[in-house]
Amino acid sequence: MLRTIGIERIDQLFEHVPADARYPVLDLPPALSELEASRHLAELAAQNVSVKDWPCFIGGGAYNHYAPSTVGHIMGQPQFYTAYTPYQPEVSQGTLQASFEFQSLVCELLGLGVANDSVYDGASAVGEAVLMAQRVTRRERVVLAGSVHPHWRAVVQTYVAAREVDVVTSRLTIHDTGLQEQRLLELVDDDTAAVVVQQPDVFGHVRDLNGLAEAIHERGALLIVGVADATSLGLLKSPGDWGADIATAEGQSLGLPLQFGGPWAGLMACKAEYVRQLPGRISGQTSDHDGRRGYVLTLQAREQHIRREKATSNICTSQTLLAIGVTAYLALMGPTGLRDVARQSHAKAAYAAERIAALPGFKLLTPRPFYNEFLVDTPLPTAELRQRLVERQILAGVPFFYDQAGFERTLLLAFTEQNTRAEIDLLIQALVEATA
Amino acid sequence: MPTGGGSNPGDRRYTTEHEWIKAEGEHYVVGITAFAQDQLGDIVYVELPKVGDQVEAGQAFGVIESVKTASDLYAPVSGEVVEVNGELIDQPQSVNDDPYDAGWMIKIRATDSTVLDSLLTAEQYSEQTGE
Repeated sequence: MLRTIGIERIDQLFEHVPADARYPVLDLPPALSELEASRHLAELAAQNVSVKDWPCFIGGGAYNHYAPSTVGHIMGQPQFYTAYTPYQPEVSQGTLQASFEFQSLVCELLGLGVANDSVYDGASAVGEAVLMAQRVTRRERVVLAGSVHPHWRAVVQTYVAAREVDVVTSRLTIHDTGLQEQRLLELVDDDTAAVVVQQPDVFGHVRDLNGLAEAIHERGALLIVGVADATSLGLLKSPGDWGADIATAEGQSLGLPLQFGGPWAGLMACKAEYVRQLPGRISGQTSDHDGRRGYVLTLQAREQHIRREKATSNICTSQTLLAIGVTAYLALMGPTGLRDVARQSHAKAAYAAERIAALPGFKLLTPRPFYNEFLVDTPLPTAELRQRLVERQILAGVPFFYDQAGFERTLLLAFTEQNTRAEIDLLIQALVEATA
Repeated sequence: MPTGGGSNPGDRRYTTEHEWIKAEGEHYVVGITAFAQDQLGDIVYVELPKVGDQVEAGQAFGVIESVKTASDLYAPVSGEVVEVNGELIDQPQSVNDDPYDAGWMIKIRATDSTVLDSLLTAEQYSEQTGE
């Protein structure tokens, strides 16, 4: 074989690797038996603190909601767990049907006519939505609300980085009255492809989007609405209700574990008229030769395996297994269950907000109404306060904005149905002690 | 309609990319050939530019999608799009049924119509496609 490829010795294959890096001497301890190794790993793992150990009030894009055990069991079915891309419908009816049901649920949840079978996560869904709006409008410029999750905004920047696209972000400031954002419409011009808002925004504020879509459409641009905690849709108006042309959501809240930040699933839907520009896999319902119901991948000419460089996206894939988890969660909860999760999450946040706002030196910065999350001004620098809470075995705050003027002493707190009243009282007490 | 060679009408010119272009008043109508639609199979969608868009000779102005594939549509001449065939949104199969008439795609106000002289005649195009 070496002769065939024209070399003498196998070492020649590695000549481009610097000599001292080729066979480094590794200073490794003696090998462990399987039993010893698994014990050692268990000891290491025990040093982690998880949301099961301490009360968690961390949000900012990942939320500690409860997932019924059935979700994991359904995701663990080998037929789902080991399935590959369902290009062959004759052997993939189960996966395709699950995808079709996922899309139907996403349409209902986001209030729009057509959905794909998910993308990587909520952030990449926003990135794809921006590219899609550029294709639909044949315009380049993008306006992001400053109250969109900073990670989502960073992903959008990455998605458009190779093209000289003008991405404008609205200014965010903290006043005596709380957070304020520059009016988005001031930034929209005749070259603007899309305006992106998050609802509720990254500070938990449920924004009044009345009239926004109409004003944006007058300028020929599209409205993209992204949702971070999708359980909020159990109570709030859907992006479609607000007039969004494209809607995205992070699927994590809907039955998926926090799992160190992913993998999760990005939900993405749009008005039916834009379906040809929607990226990603779409499962469709059809009937076979004998008139029986069946499912196939549809509108594939949008996709890279057919259209190559002209595809709607070459940087997306569906997170089918996680989307199946979301499907199981939504089917189990139903509209009533989801509303109950949302109501409880909001009620707990409302209780905490009332108590925290009454503490000396604390002030609520997120305007009302909020959903299950809010930003508070505190008497201590954020990092220090978070550390003091950790000493009291409480997880709180997300390090987003510390370095921005006005945000140096702010703490972002999130609440879910999992937080008991006792836990919240513990948080209040810890905040008092930490800042005494 | 007069045929210049095979089934391709002689009142227009052709591109090697299988578009036809025909003078109509001061504008030029563009569509795809019978050979092209036959190769593509059932047309399910035609994506066209907007009125007022500029197109450039040899560059893609739209996309045609069949059950088998999606292909770019190339402009035979440069100019401004003055009209698009909106009927194709709901009736893309017109391209299959009547590629040289009802299946037209766009009308262009050409910036330089002498380019047409360099395009294929019906005979030359028929020869190329072997029809």
